[in-house]
Amino acid sequence: MRRTLAVLVENNPGVLARVAGLFSRRGFNIDSLAVGRTDNPAVSRMTIVVEGDDRTLEQVTKQLHKLIDVIKITDVTAEEYVDRELVLIKVSAEPGQRSEIAQIAEIFRARIVDLGRRTLTLECTGNEGKIRAFEESLRPYGIKELVRTGKIAMLRGSRYTGGNGKEEE
Amino acid sequence: MVKSGAQILVECLIEQGVDTIFGYPGGSVLPIYDALYDSKIRHILTRHEQGAAHAADGYARASGRPGVCLATSGPGATNLVTGIANAYMDSVPLVAITGQVVTSQLGKDSFQEADITGITLPVTKHNYLVKDVRELSRVVREAFYLATTGRPGPVLVDIPRDVSAGLTEHEDPGPVNLPGYKPVTEPSPARVSEAVQAILAAERPVIYAGGGVVNSGANAELLRFAELILAPVTATLMGLTGFPGDHPLSLGMLGMHGSKYANYAVCECDLLIAVGVRFDDRVTGRLDCFAREAKIIHIDIDPAEIGKNVRVDIPIVGDVKKTLRALCERLEPRLPGAWQEKIQRWKKEYPLTYEENGRLKPQQVIREIYRATGGRARVATDVGQHQMWTAQYYTFTRPRSFISSGGLGTMGFGLPAAIGVQVACPDEVVFSISGDGSIQMNIQEMATAVNYDLPVKIAVMDNGYLGMVRQWQELFYNRRYSCTELRNPDFVKLAEAYGAVGRRVTKPEEVAPVLQEALAVPKPVMIDFVIEREENVLPMVPPGESLDKMLG
Repeated sequence: MRRTLAVLVENNPGVLARVAGLFSRRGFNIDSLAVGRTDNPAVSRMTIVVEGDDRTLEQVTKQLHKLIDVIKITDVTAEEYVDRELVLIKVSAEPGQRSEIAQIAEIFRARIVDLGRRTLTLECTGNEGKIRAFEESLRPYGIKELVRTGKIAMLRGSRYTGGNGKEEE
Repeated sequence: MVKSGAQILVECLIEQGVDTIFGYPGGSVLPIYDALYDSKIRHILTRHEQGAAHAADGYARASGRPGVCLATSGPGATNLVTGIANAYMDSVPLVAITGQVVTSQLGKDSFQEADITGITLPVTKHNYLVKDVRELSRVVREAFYLATTGRPGPVLVDIPRDVSAGLTEHEDPGPVNLPGYKPVTEPSPARVSEAVQAILAAERPVIYAGGGVVNSGANAELLRFAELILAPVTATLMGLTGFPGDHPLSLGMLGMHGSKYANYAVCECDLLIAVGVRFDDRVTGRLDCFAREAKIIHIDIDPAEIGKNVRVDIPIVGDVKKTLRALCERLEPRLPGAWQEKIQRWKKEYPLTYEENGRLKPQQVIREIYRATGGRARVATDVGQHQMWTAQYYTFTRPRSFISSGGLGTMGFGLPAAIGVQVACPDEVVFSISGDGSIQMNIQEMATAVNYDLPVKIAVMDNGYLGMVRQWQELFYNRRYSCTELRNPDFVKLAEAYGAVGRRVTKPEEVAPVLQEALAVPKPVMIDFVIEREENVLPMVPPGESLDKMLG
C-alpha cells in the first residue's frame, strides 16, 4: 500500500539528510520525495510517497516525529487531496512525426517546451496515472530522457497544513 | 559586552550547571581550552577521547545530570563516536562538544577534518554544526534541553575554530523554542483507565521494568505500584536498579541470562506491564512466544517504541513516574493468591546457582564484592560474562548504582565509566568489574584514575578468554575456540606501572581479605581474579529461542 505524507520541517541544513538517512537506516522504502520551501522561509515541506502496511506507516510516522526538525506530519492519503507531478520528456521526433506527437501532447494537455533537430521536449503535469499514460503514449517514438519532480500533494477544501506548523482549520 | 565564542560556550555550560567536563585537547579546540583555563569548570583529561565519552556517560548515569565531553576535530571527534552511540542506545543525557576546522575550510578535506555531524546523525538525538558565533548560545541551550528532556540522549555540538574564536556582542537567546519537539509526559486518562481495568481483571500480572524507570526517577512509584497490585517485578539490564533486588517481589533480570523464575513468570503471566522498556531481542527471545498468554500494557515516553517490536494492547505514552502515580491513585491493595504462591515456589525451586568445587568462581567473587561493600557500591561493568554475573549476583538495591553498557554492548566502557561515576560520587565506593578482554580496550584510563586520585576498585575476571564469545563457541560452534584465547600482560605489574595498586587472587579464601585490603587503600586498585577458565553464564536462552527454553 502506498501512502503520501506531507511533512513540514524546519528549513535547517542537513534536514534532508536526516529524513533520507532515517528511511534507509530503518529499511523503509521511499517511492518519491519532493521538497521545497513554503510561504514561510523558515519552513520547508516534503511530500514523501512511502510503500508499506499500516504498521510500517505508523513506525515511519513515529520515527519521523522523533527528528527534532520535523514539525508536523499529515497522511494526506487518509483524506481527500489533490496531487500533482511534473515530468519533462525528451522524445525522438523525426520531422514527419512532430504533428502526431503534438496531438498526443494536446490530449494530455502537455506542452512542447523545446525543439531539437530530431527531438521534442514535452512538459506534462498531472497525477500519477496521467503521467504514466503520457509516458506510455510517447514510448513508441523513443524516449531519450525523462525527469520527474516527484509527487506533491495538498488536502482538498478549506483544510490546510500551514507553513508555520499551526493547526489546520 | 563583546565576547568570544569560547567564552560564551563556557558561560552557557556554567548556566546549565556543568561542573565537570571530560575531554582531550587539540588544534581546533584551542580557543575553548583557553577559555576553560580560567573557568571554575573542572576538566578531567582522559587518555583517549573514547574514555572521555564513556566517563561523561558514567557521570550522567550515576548522577542523573547530563555528562559533557569535549574533543578536537577529526580523529578526536571520531574517537567519541562509540561513546556517543553507547549513550544513544541506553538513552543517556550526554552533550558532546567537538572542535571543527574553520568554516572556510569545511568540506575541503582539510587537516583533521571529519564530517562529525554526518557521522553521528544516526547515533545522536540531535546534532548541530554552529557556523555563526551568534547562534552558539541558543544552540548550547537547546542541546542541553534536548539531551535531558523526553527520552534522554546524546546531542553533539560541532564548533569550527573561527566560531569559538570569533567575537560577538552576546545577547541572551531567550527560552528554548523547538516547534518540532514537544515530548508528551502526561499519560492519557483514557489509557490509564483501560490499564486500571486490565490490572483489575488480571490474575497473573508481571511488571517488566526497564531503564525508563531509572531515567524517570520512578523507583518509589514502581515500588508502591508493585506492592499495591502484588505483581512480581522483573527488570532488564538497564532497569536493574529501578527496583530493590532484595524485595520479595523482585524476580531479578529476565531474558537471555535472566533468572528461570523471571522467564517462567513472563511466559505464564496473563498481564505484562511493560514500564520504560523497548522489548529488546536479548529480553524477549523468540518474539512470537514472548508473553504469549498476556495482554500487554506498554508505558514509555517515546511513542516510537510502542508497537515497534511487539503488538501492544494498551499503549500509554508518558513519563513513567507520572503514569505510575496516576495508576496508583486508581488502584486498591490486592491480596496474595495462587499466582504469588507460584512465584515464590519458582524462586525456591530454581534459584541462581553455581557449582562450588574449590576453584575460584566468578560468581563467588561478585557475591564477595557485594558483601564487602554491603551492597552499597556503585558498580560499573564492561561487556561479557562478568557483566552478566554482576547483574545476576550483585543484588542492586540503590537507584543508579549499576552502570553498564546495555544496548550497544561496548567492551571498554567499564573503566572510563567508573571514573565518571567516581567523579560524580567522590565519597562513594566505586567498583569497575571487568573481564580480561574488556579491560584492555580502555586500559589507558588507569592513568586518568591515578592522575586525579580517583580510588576506583577494578576487579578483572581473568579467564584468559574472551569468555562470552568462547561460551557461544562452546555451545554453538562445537568448541572450536577461534581467536578467543588471550595471552595477557601481568595485570599486577601493569597496575603498579600506572601508579595504582595491583593484587592477584587465585583461591576462593583469598577473595575476602584482598577485597578488604583494596577497600582500605585510598587509591585505585586493580585485582586480577584468576577464575575458572571455562565457567559459563547460566541460565541461558539460546538466541532465537523462547524464554522457557533455558540451558543450565
